[in-house]
Amino acid sequence: MLQAYVPLLLVVAFVVFAAAGMLVMSHWLSSYRRTPTKLQAYESGMPVLSDARERFSVKFYLVAMLFIIFDIEVVFMFPWAVAFKQLPAQSGVLLVAMLVFLGVLTAGFIYAWKRGALEWS
Amino acid sequence: MNPELKGFLLLSVAKMLVVFVAVLIWVALLTLMERKVSAWIQNRLGPNRVGPGGLLQPAADGLKNLVKEETLPKVANPILFLLAPAMSFVPALLMSAIIPFAAPLPLDFDFSLPLLGRFVHAGSTPMVVADLPVGFLFVLAISSMGVYGIAIAGWSSNSKYSLLGGLRASAQMVSYEVALGLSVIPILLLAGNVSFSSVIADQQGGLWYVLPLFLAFFLFVVSGLAETNRLPFDMPEAESELIAGFHTEYSSMKFAMFFIAEYANVITVSAMTVTLFLGGWDIPFTAWDQQGGLLQTLATGSFFVVKVMFFVFLFMWIRWTLPRFRYDQLMSLGWKFLIEVATVYFVVIAIAIHLIGRVWGVTDPRAMGWWLFALNLVLCYIVFVLLDRGLVIEGSSPQRRPVPPSVTSEAMES
Repeated sequence: MLQAYVPLLLVVAFVVFAAAGMLVMSHWLSSYRRTPTKLQAYESGMPVLSDARERFSVKFYLVAMLFIIFDIEVVFMFPWAVAFKQLPAQSGVLLVAMLVFLGVLTAGFIYAWKRGALEWS
Repeated sequence: MNPELKGFLLLSVAKMLVVFVAVLIWVALLTLMERKVSAWIQNRLGPNRVGPGGLLQPAADGLKNLVKEETLPKVANPILFLLAPAMSFVPALLMSAIIPFAAPLPLDFDFSLPLLGRFVHAGSTPMVVADLPVGFLFVLAISSMGVYGIAIAGWSSNSKYSLLGGLRASAQMVSYEVALGLSVIPILLLAGNVSFSSVIADQQGGLWYVLPLFLAFFLFVVSGLAETNRLPFDMPEAESELIAGFHTEYSSMKFAMFFIAEYANVITVSAMTVTLFLGGWDIPFTAWDQQGGLLQTLATGSFFVVKVMFFVFLFMWIRWTLPRFRYDQLMSLGWKFLIEVATVYFVVIAIAIHLIGRVWGVTDPRAMGWWLFALNLVLCYIVFVLLDRGLVIEGSSPQRRPVPPSVTSEAMES
């Protein structure tokens, strides 16, 4: 059972090695001619005004929170879908269970929508 | 170590090397293909100076990227700045390891090498580097790790354009990931297993899922486009607003790694679409490809590549045909359209399977597939004709939606 994961470990090692190799090779081979302008952050040729790490829109946090909630719901649906196929005798019960679950989810989703969590303008 | 395990490891290493060399060469050729296709669509010639017909252009680009000067902005966070390209490169290439690319190959060997000892393998070997039982759950998990590379690249550069690009990219990728996850649930309802080999086997026994699950296919392709950050969803690097988005500050090989990751993601999404909806390596209308043998493996492998190339070309075609979304349109498409449609769709499919399969007693997968296909025609009509009249994506067709008088009077007062 766990033997299937051994090649995956090999692949991870190989890919990480390749990524590190590319970074190191490029570090060795590239030429360096540093100037003060080159070391600045790019701002379309204008002098850099301030640090970039200022406050940004709270919308992004909101999207992240909604994502966590809904992605976890999706994770719950995967085993349900597999069980729906593998337990044909109970499919009616499973269907009702999923509808109840989705009902709760939809109530929350409608709340988020009505409160304007999904608006960007 | 016993000889069987050693044989298994030897095979795994061989498959891994073949797959990765193939994917890297494929990525290099895709960069050329993209330029050629765009040139063709825009009535130009494209790169044609390096090698015959510009065929060596990717090699020249790679060499150039390797020796170009690396820049590291003074204000950037050096460790994360260095780590970000690798964090985007690694997940992109990892995903190609678990997609079956050809029919299983019967392979028996038993030989001994000096120092290493005896290697034994018997029976058919699946043509996939790691035949994971968790299948596309792994792909969903790893593809969501790609967002780290982009978000960290945007933040660590400490440049305004990079930060905005990184923020946009993370918000967009997490939004469409929900839709992507929801759109594969109907496949689980039909296949009953998450491993790719069982999904392919189920499609060989019935219909390719593109017919019984057409809407899921549509949702998957759209969310896949958004996940790979390609046009019309390339908000993260919208060059007319954000210079180059999250990789504005990157040069030389670090930039090339983001580039490789993007094209590797294109290949992976295409390969996933083919595997989940178009039968993977299956050759239609024949059972010959399931007999097993070297010839079958080669034929199915080439057929798989042809199918994947079709989707790669489709993605390029879309890129040079459609304009970019506005950001609020993009988010409302994801949250207000794709997620709802995907949720309602899998419930409808579940009810249909329950009614057709368990109440009416249709057990033949092919007959079930045709019933579901008929249902999909109705659903497509409802979604694309009745629902979508410029209303789905807000503001996409202002002519068709006259502004109500109450709104205009409010706007004039304020």
